Amino acid sequence: MAKRYWNEKIECMEFSEMKKLQSERLVKQVKHVWDNVPYYRKKMEEKGITPDDIKGIEDLHKLPFLSKADLRDTYPYGMLAEPLSECVRIHSTSGTTGKRVVAFYTQNDIDMWDDCVARAITAAGGTKEDVCQVAYGFGLFTGGAGLNGGSHKVGCLTLPMSSGNTERQIQFMQDLGATIICCTPSYAAYIGETLHEMGLTPDDIKLKAGIFGAEPWTEEMRREIEKSLGIKAYDIYGLTETSGPGVAFECEEQTGMHINEDNFIAEIIDPDTGEPLPEGSKGELVFTSITKEAFPLLRYRTRDICVLSRKKCSCGRTLIKMTKPMGRSDDMLIIKGVNVFPSQIETVLIKDFKATPNYQIVVDRVGSSDTFEIKIELSDDMFSDTIKDVFTLEKKLSADIVQILGIKAKISLVEPKSIPRSEGKAVRVIDKRKLV
Amino acid sequence: MTVKQLSVFVENRPGRLCAVTEALADAGINIRAVSIADTTDFGIMRIIVNDTDKAVTALKERGFIASAANVIAVSADDKPGSMAAIMKTLYNENISVEYMYAAFLNPEKGIACLILRVDNNESAVEALEKSGCKLLSESDIAAV
Ligand SMILES: [Zn+2]
Repeated sequence: MAKRYWNEKIECMEFSEMKKLQSERLVKQVKHVWDNVPYYRKKMEEKGITPDDIKGIEDLHKLPFLSKADLRDTYPYGMLAEPLSECVRIHSTSGTTGKRVVAFYTQNDIDMWDDCVARAITAAGGTKEDVCQVAYGFGLFTGGAGLNGGSHKVGCLTLPMSSGNTERQIQFMQDLGATIICCTPSYAAYIGETLHEMGLTPDDIKLKAGIFGAEPWTEEMRREIEKSLGIKAYDIYGLTETSGPGVAFECEEQTGMHINEDNFIAEIIDPDTGEPLPEGSKGELVFTSITKEAFPLLRYRTRDICVLSRKKCSCGRTLIKMTKPMGRSDDMLIIKGVNVFPSQIETVLIKDFKATPNYQIVVDRVGSSDTFEIKIELSDDMFSDTIKDVFTLEKKLSADIVQILGIKAKISLVEPKSIPRSEGKAVRVIDKRKLV
Repeated sequence: MTVKQLSVFVENRPGRLCAVTEALADAGINIRAVSIADTTDFGIMRIIVNDTDKAVTALKERGFIASAANVIAVSADDKPGSMAAIMKTLYNENISVEYMYAAFLNPEKGIACLILRVDNNESAVEALEKSGCKLLSESDIAAV
């Protein structure tokens, strides 16, 4: 029988014991940062605290926050806590929200990261008998390297495909019998479409599981991908600032992601006041890396809005669970005075199309009022030869958007593949108001 | 007797019609009839070609959305009253015309050809044939 856990001792650890482990590691980490990162030391001094004030996780709230702006200010070496000679790799964010962030890794950091991803692959049913196709982009982006490393650790036969060249992906899947696919959910949906276009069905491939992350996706998208590829789809979460994918991962229950809290302490705060919120509250997710050596961020504000829960999970893991991010505190668009998360729009699209069209939100300001347009790539089964039918479709979408958001959007149907993609990720939002 | 018509979704932006027709040209497809229904944001280009399957493949390869439908190609004398007679025949049989347009092809001198999209192909074909109209087949379209 397949191994249930990669690291049972940690993944099923009693909370009291986990708390002890976290506290020990936090105390040590704060000292490490104080000694090696002058930028953060100064922030602590400004708050009037020293490492002696941090005796365990109950003191975590005393530490100052870090945000993306801090990482930009200290680019490239200001957060580095080890000599460069100890570092073995860098990764970088795609820079969709401004200047790049560069993160450094020691060999121990890479090993820890691989271990986190190995837990995710094991939770998705992966063992050394599996063939794991990594179709995330490789390079500075953490997706490819992260899943590749975890897959090696588990002992899977790893296919480092990177993204793109979809027909070749499917060819390899068929020829080498890939059983696990790792990529962005939008790319997984695209592989599903291409499979169908090639006249193949899920019976023609051996895939059983998929590990998808790096962009928002909905429950509806999950069902679509599962159906089109004949797999069970698992969510994975992470960010370059903390390591990469594998900070949290989903188990077979598919009701949220277990956080690898032996390495990352999670908090939920009020994004406006910065006050920590009790378990079960919706707020901004904050991570403290307690084992990372080269790039140890304390209380890093992810901007992701979610909820944490310690409710018992049927998989047996005791690791705290986070919901899929419901939006980003900085991705949240305020259009005509209304809070809009791209994920809400996705829900409408998937409901109306029963598929996963590519879309793009374009916001602009004309005079003193906002314009709000949603471009949607048309697909074969959405198209009919009469203008009337296309208008009916537009009207339905428009009505559903008003219902969910309370504001009207201009719906524009566009030709397939006309919405630009970068590193396999569709560019979801263009806010022209910010470009002025 | 009906013929296949292709409908292609075309965004209203420069170069799109050029791209559609180029895709067909590169595949050696001859266009026998064409019409465009346009709105402010997009148009639907309807075409009848000499090889529908080949045209679909050529368009999909370039990323276009294309769907096929059956329409009626009817020929009539190129003189006053011919079109009115066709419309009257359909009206009498309670058949609605969703849209129509003229084709490029002339089966013979003095004969015009009209493409009709109606709500009921079967009864339209029957009524038109009964009234003495000549309908064109796929092979007629390809051959003319
Ligand atoms: Zn679980």
